[in-house]
Amino acid sequence: MNSSMNSAMNSAMNPAPTGPETARPRPPRPEPTGSRAHAGSSSRRTRVLAQTSFEARAILRNGEQLMVTVVVPVLALVGLVQADVLDVDTGGLSRIDFFTPGILALAVMTSSFTSQAIASAFDRRNGVLRLLSTTPLGRGGLLAGKVLGVLVVELVQVLVIGLTAVALGWRPDAFGVALSLVAVLLGTAAFTSLAMLVAGTLRAEAVLAVANLALLLLAIAGGVIVPADRLPGPLSHLALLLPSGALGEAMRGAFQQGTLPAWSVVVLVGWTAALGWGAGRLFRWH
Amino acid sequence: MPASPVAEQAVEISGLVKRYGDRAVVDGLDLVARPGAVTAVLGPNGAGKTTTIECCEGLRRPDAGTVRVLGLDPVDDARELRPRVGVMLQDGGLPTGVPAAQMLEHVARMYADPRPLDELTERLGLGSFARTTVRRLSGGQRQRLALATAVVGRPQVAFLDEPSAGMDPQSRHAVWQLVRELRDEGVAVVLTTHLMDEAEDLADHVVVVDHGKVIAQGSVRDLVSSGDDRTLRLDATPGLDVVALTAALTADGPGVTTTETSPGSYAVVGPVGPTTVAALTRWLAEQDVLATRLTVGRRTLEDVFLDLTGRTLR
Repeated sequence: MNSSMNSAMNSAMNPAPTGPETARPRPPRPEPTGSRAHAGSSSRRTRVLAQTSFEARAILRNGEQLMVTVVVPVLALVGLVQADVLDVDTGGLSRIDFFTPGILALAVMTSSFTSQAIASAFDRRNGVLRLLSTTPLGRGGLLAGKVLGVLVVELVQVLVIGLTAVALGWRPDAFGVALSLVAVLLGTAAFTSLAMLVAGTLRAEAVLAVANLALLLLAIAGGVIVPADRLPGPLSHLALLLPSGALGEAMRGAFQQGTLPAWSVVVLVGWTAALGWGAGRLFRWH
Repeated sequence: MPASPVAEQAVEISGLVKRYGDRAVVDGLDLVARPGAVTAVLGPNGAGKTTTIECCEGLRRPDAGTVRVLGLDPVDDARELRPRVGVMLQDGGLPTGVPAAQMLEHVARMYADPRPLDELTERLGLGSFARTTVRRLSGGQRQRLALATAVVGRPQVAFLDEPSAGMDPQSRHAVWQLVRELRDEGVAVVLTTHLMDEAEDLADHVVVVDHGKVIAQGSVRDLVSSGDDRTLRLDATPGLDVVALTAALTADGPGVTTTETSPGSYAVVGPVGPTTVAALTRWLAEQDVLATRLTVGRRTLEDVFLDLTGRTLR
């Protein structure tokens, strides 16, 4: 049972003939002929995990990226909860219960969109994406490593922000946490697609500006921290159509009502499909 | 050297065309690179060298023609080719925020049996900056790191785009030594370069490319020894009358061509013999001009290159 599961997992991770290569002994020193042995690829799992850790470390090592992804959301949380900087009707919820889901949504946007767009744009300009795509990692492995790298960064974010919120009196229930993971995955898919679209089509300097500006606008008026129905005028309807508003609503639904709003799921899946299609079509490697 | 029976070509390009918009950057290019040989692609900026290499690396899809690397299509058979091909990009392809050693380790993880990193580190002198982030490396250090990442997977074909650009002489010789060893191990090395001495020293086969086409190719010896031509180089005052000089030199001897290669430097190309030198010094004495330097030698690859691609700046 156990071994069959293992082999099933293995074959899922390493399609076709790469399996036996992982345990292969070192080939003898190559003879000086045209058909000398090459080093062979490591397993697909090894390659993707290597790229995952490479991506995550690059983000977590970079001061500016850490500022956007961890420090800003934590400060926003503490500021919104401790000081009455934003006077909103919390609908009977405590301020910590009201704001934490939105701050977590914001955190997802910082890592999967802003940080990823900027990192990928500069890697694209510096030829890093092209170089890595010529190694056995390939384009598919590169993308998989990027997405998994974002999830690792999000794990760090959620731990830091979640523990801060708990210290401030937040007590989420287990079911809400489970639902929120689905929301985080859907949001990550949509915003990583957006990051790739932006990073693959604009100059690196433009991406730097656009990714930060878009984050700021969406955070204030996109239905992330402040729920869409508290926004003024047409924004209250518009925000529900944005991936930011959909993610915010999904996180609040998960933690505050114990449900995932169907509309938010539809919006996030729709954006992922559209942005992913666009990124696939328009991404320029050079 | 043992002759291998039908040595399959490592790289075969025929009729390659690549357009950017309306402009054909590569325009019907043919090229062959053998295993166990260094093939140098020479050409002025914009000649189509990098685009050609990128088509071989699977980074660009040709608009027409075929490219085969180890008999495979670089785009369609990419999965099979990637572990067998090493790439050094012209812009390095190194992420700026990562320490040098980490980048090399990372690329090594993509292979089942990479070269030992300590040996490679030693060979290319990477140890002194192993913990330095790429951002802070000098041009030569970056190039050496990029070369290390290109060969760490024991490639059968290595594409090196301007491998010694921005290198000091020590780095350059370390790189050349490694390239020679790769060749001796049977690797097909394809490199682009602007450095004539690099091509002269390293290349078994030189391909001169201009305007997206191959305009000359062969061994360095083939290219430089066209007949008995020699080159006489002369430094004197600028603005000498080269037409009159040529007339004086060809008066009682075979025809030569004279050009002022830069102000005050002249090159006389052709069957230069003792009478040519005598005629030259006589003519200079009549003009009351002192030659500050006068050398006679074979044509260099640079002479050939400039003859083929022209001397105008572009």
